[in-house]
Amino acid sequence: MYAQLVETGLKKVQSFDEMSEQEQAFQARIDAGVKIEAKDWMPDAYRKTLVRQISQHAHSEIVGQLPEGNWVTRAPTLKRKSILLAKIQDEAGHGLYLYSAAETLGVSRDELLAALHAGKAKYSSIFNYPTLSWADMGAIGWLVDGSAIINQIPLCRCSYGPYARAMVRVCKEESFHARQGYDIMMSLCKGSPAQKAMAQDALNRWWWPSLMMFGPSDAESVNSAQSSKWRIKLFSNDELRQRMVDQTVPQIEYLGLTVPDPDLKFDAETGHYTFGEIDWSEFHNVLKGNGPCNRERLQTRVKAWEDGAWFRDALGAYADKQTAKKEIAA
Amino acid sequence: MNERLEYLLRQGDNALILSQQLSQLCGKGPALEEDMALTNVALDLLGQTRMWLGYAAELAGNGSDEDTLAFLRDAIDLRCCLLVEQPNGNYADTMMRQFYFDTWHYFLMQGLLQSTDPRIAEIAEKSIKEVTYHLRRSGDLIVRLGDGTPESHAKTQAAANALWMYSGEVFIYDAVDLAMVEQGVAPASAPLRAAFLEHVAEIFAEATLAMPDPDAWMQRGGKQGRHSEHLGFILAEMQFLQRAYPGAEW
Amino acid sequence: MSKEWPLWEVFIRSQHGLAHKHVGSLHAPDAEMAVNNARDVYTRRNEGVSIWVVRAADIVASSPLDKGALFEPANSKVYRHPTFFPMPEEVKNL
Repeated sequence: MYAQLVETGLKKVQSFDEMSEQEQAFQARIDAGVKIEAKDWMPDAYRKTLVRQISQHAHSEIVGQLPEGNWVTRAPTLKRKSILLAKIQDEAGHGLYLYSAAETLGVSRDELLAALHAGKAKYSSIFNYPTLSWADMGAIGWLVDGSAIINQIPLCRCSYGPYARAMVRVCKEESFHARQGYDIMMSLCKGSPAQKAMAQDALNRWWWPSLMMFGPSDAESVNSAQSSKWRIKLFSNDELRQRMVDQTVPQIEYLGLTVPDPDLKFDAETGHYTFGEIDWSEFHNVLKGNGPCNRERLQTRVKAWEDGAWFRDALGAYADKQTAKKEIAA
Repeated sequence: MNERLEYLLRQGDNALILSQQLSQLCGKGPALEEDMALTNVALDLLGQTRMWLGYAAELAGNGSDEDTLAFLRDAIDLRCCLLVEQPNGNYADTMMRQFYFDTWHYFLMQGLLQSTDPRIAEIAEKSIKEVTYHLRRSGDLIVRLGDGTPESHAKTQAAANALWMYSGEVFIYDAVDLAMVEQGVAPASAPLRAAFLEHVAEIFAEATLAMPDPDAWMQRGGKQGRHSEHLGFILAEMQFLQRAYPGAEW
Repeated sequence: MSKEWPLWEVFIRSQHGLAHKHVGSLHAPDAEMAVNNARDVYTRRNEGVSIWVVRAADIVASSPLDKGALFEPANSKVYRHPTFFPMPEEVKNL
């Protein structure tokens, strides 16, 4: 999702008998729904997986500011601009909450950022797509944040305390994001033919990447199975994707737009929508760095970081000077 | 000329353009916490813009609203001061522009609390806490950057010097400003300017920055619609959608 | 790589709260900036909020005492609330 394809580093899921006593006690706590906290003993693989998952999530929020930042200076009304600014600010905040949670696991934020800037850390595929019109602001809030909510609500119950609590805070703010996106779409669809065409075009471009956000089918994935046992992944990728489709298609119909999937059908027997094949080669290419905007997104973050070095150093130097002065005075 | 309307547009346009400039920096700040703080300021200023332009639209009375004023006036009809049009530059430039603006803005708002125009007093009342915080923040950063590293000191001093000639326009009162003073709507220039100079001197001293010459020549004309070359580009970006899709609802 | 700003843990007591609660952490070069940043990150400028910041390195913990995240509605930013956007009755899941 925001953290896609998280590696656990394990080749198979351990059975209870294969675990050490410590690991068994740990697993028992998880099974009992007890939260694991920062200072608790945890298997190395659990710690590493969480660092990857949480940091990928954090990176996604930070990079996620950029596609919307691209349109904030062109927002068509003062009210829309205010709302979009507030949303982008929330995203920065979410990134910070998540870096905080990651740091409880013994890694520093600067280390995590270094990995991101070096192209070694992942972030959600979705943010490597360009925002080409104002309607994209609607589509992103509605589809991308909407998908994020589906993923994040279960994570509020995940086993790692700091991550679960960060998710609770994030979820409170996220539903405003989805609604404001849909509100934009409604305005456009009620507007002129050009605006309606803008809305349809945005949906056409963002629909499939949003479905891809949930990641490929993971029925066979060892990583997913282990993460499920550890309760840091609570539903399968397919389950979450299905939830998103089922929930969103009626919303598309209400807008009077067309789902860009000729194979989409409602199956009265199952009560779910069946949908067309996803082009997973596109997804893997985007993750590999071949998406439309990977280079620009990363370059923007690296530039902000490098250009900001003198600022960060100056503030550090000033603080050190004040500390030195206090020590001399004392 | 409706002097009251002119005065409202000046305040609204300052906040509008400065907020727009800060919005360009979304996701590009030098630290994550700084990104949040910057966006906060942009959001606050935008809120103030809406109050000023909302009132201005009422006074104009010709069916205009905050958006027609923000998105459909060309540079010739904008009334912002030259300072807010200056580019973001490096972060020292951004913060120095902010500091000069915040200092004047703070003392202005203090004065406007006493305005005989109840709507203006109300706007000042609603804005003063934010503006106070903005000034504390920008002043604090100027001190830290001025007295940080040799590099930050050099950049900050350069910004202080380069932007100084735009800092005085707000104190150069024309007929509109003087009418406002006469009507008890706005504070007089001299005490505002004195307070501004005193505060800047205080912060600069703490920041180990050299104070520019208070009697230096000040650029002017923005308040009267004679702007810098920067404003046209700012408006072209900001107003594009409303211009490209006239009459559309968003 | 230049020196990283130290980590600070942030504790907030809301307007109607009884005690400070841990809400998360942030990086800042000193205490004053930590408080200012905490206001921007964790309270969205709410009135009457009390903020404590402590250097993470100074915290001595026997066992985790985290009490959970604090929820602070931003009163002046009413559009942050989902209920600000009326959604048509027929549209579900938003």
